[in-house]
Amino acid sequence: MNPYELTIAEATVQLAAGSLSSRELTQSCLERIGAVDTKVKAFLVVNAEQALLQADEADKIRACGEAKPLCGIPLSLKDLLCTKGVVTTCGSRMLENFIPPYDATVVEKLKGQGAVLLGKVAMDEFAMGSTSESCAFRVPENPWKLGFVSGGSSGGSAASVAALECPASLGSDTGGSIRQPASLCGIVGMKPTYGLVSRYGLVAFASSLDQIGPLTRDVTDCALMMNAICGYDAKDSTSVRQETPDFTASLSEGLQGMRVGVPREYFGEGLDPEVRAVVTHGIEVLRDAGAEIIEVSLPRTDYCVAVYYLIATAEASSNLARYDGVSYGFRDQEVRSLMEMYKETRSHGFGAEVKRRILIGTYALSAGYYDAYYKKASQVRTLILNDFNRVFDQCDVLISPVVPTPAWKIGEKADNPLAMYLSDVLTISANLAGIPGISVPGGFSRDGLPIGIQLQGAHFREDSLFKVAYNLERGLKLPPQRPGIT
Amino acid sequence: MKITKEEVEKVAHLARLNLSEEELETMTTQLDTILSYVEKLDELDTTGVQAMTHAFSVSNAFREDKVTDSLAREEALANGPCQNGESFVVPRVI
Repeated sequence: MNPYELTIAEATVQLAAGSLSSRELTQSCLERIGAVDTKVKAFLVVNAEQALLQADEADKIRACGEAKPLCGIPLSLKDLLCTKGVVTTCGSRMLENFIPPYDATVVEKLKGQGAVLLGKVAMDEFAMGSTSESCAFRVPENPWKLGFVSGGSSGGSAASVAALECPASLGSDTGGSIRQPASLCGIVGMKPTYGLVSRYGLVAFASSLDQIGPLTRDVTDCALMMNAICGYDAKDSTSVRQETPDFTASLSEGLQGMRVGVPREYFGEGLDPEVRAVVTHGIEVLRDAGAEIIEVSLPRTDYCVAVYYLIATAEASSNLARYDGVSYGFRDQEVRSLMEMYKETRSHGFGAEVKRRILIGTYALSAGYYDAYYKKASQVRTLILNDFNRVFDQCDVLISPVVPTPAWKIGEKADNPLAMYLSDVLTISANLAGIPGISVPGGFSRDGLPIGIQLQGAHFREDSLFKVAYNLERGLKLPPQRPGIT
Repeated sequence: MKITKEEVEKVAHLARLNLSEEELETMTTQLDTILSYVEKLDELDTTGVQAMTHAFSVSNAFREDKVTDSLAREEALANGPCQNGESFVVPRVI
């Protein structure tokens, strides 16, 4: 087996035994990137030289017996996590030359673990999209079938992990942007409870919904990544003050006493029959593992997309007001007046999807419309949260599809924003309610495209998610499959 | 129509965006579709329902009023598209 094929847990065993060095592992990943990334197009920047230095440093730390769990593990980062001295574009012309003067808290944490940072990966511009097609620089492709979307907005993260370019990546999830690409690329992706992972140094899209999380090849690696990135941070005012548990402690077999809810609204019209079959099989696997399966109802599911596209755009219109061409980022240098500088800078720096969302958000917040749109959406958001709180009195974890269909062809939905928004229907409610969710590989379509299964839990019950996800992974016994690209 | 071309133009100005005639046409059609879709929220009675600001109860995060290190001026200016070593430079305002 080539080192680049190893999971974090597998690589760590070899690193600890001395049969593999971090330099060898990192070199192997860099060679894999060199071999396949012209097709997968996941990476915007590869920092080979810096990565090898970090690997050598990690090997030294390990030799001293001071290795932390991610010591020497090569990772990729979604390009909206600030990396000191390394350009951070957010997939936008606006930040094409932006070099952050500081590290995001999660990046600091990974560096503190001795992880190796290979580079920055592609994403939808400002994380606004479901396919990564709005990236201003390159559009990642699905490693299982080139020409198909890798999902979004963390499409580069998912593609890089699925294509075996690195064992794990960090992404961000505002309405499904970790879980959806993980599902479409056949890997694991987790959106943690809001507040569990510091957002400091994450380029903001919608602050009440954004959350950073890991994308990995299996559930064990996901728990290892979560152990490394969670924790209170005074630099994020919404960061939660609580001890980070050891998430790997939840990875044990047997689900006796666990109640798994099946929300009937998540299995409605528009659900692809192959996706339905995969999730139905997953439910049987959990039943066999000892879980009690109960049907539950989330009656406001049908309103989530409408609420989301008002709240997310309103917050985005406010967050993106900072891109004015003054203190960092792109500036249109042609103009004479300050007003025209603002307007021309923003008109040339932002792509169409970002402008569309800024316009919707600005409209929803503008005088005379605030009550009808933003306030109404925030009230319905309360109803959605109440639905979840009620359901989690009845069960521990919810099981559902992640995306209504497998991956589609690049370009297929690009001209119809509303159709694209509606494909997020099964993931956005977790962001609205602030609850954690995870996507676990469930199987494949006849065309060889991956299909994921989503688990959602109550606030701060990542432990339940990990327990059920681990049993699902074990019980499904998916044959080890690798995308065919070389 | 939920939204007219004139309204989109006004909102674009509020958002400090210039739209070409073609963009204005497309955006008006697309915004109209999206705003018509979100009208479905009117089916729900939200009388007396609190607007949600946070998923669970949180208190304001205060820190001690102590002086700590901040970004050096040189670093803060480094990404400026136009700066003179002391401040950011913008077109004349007055």
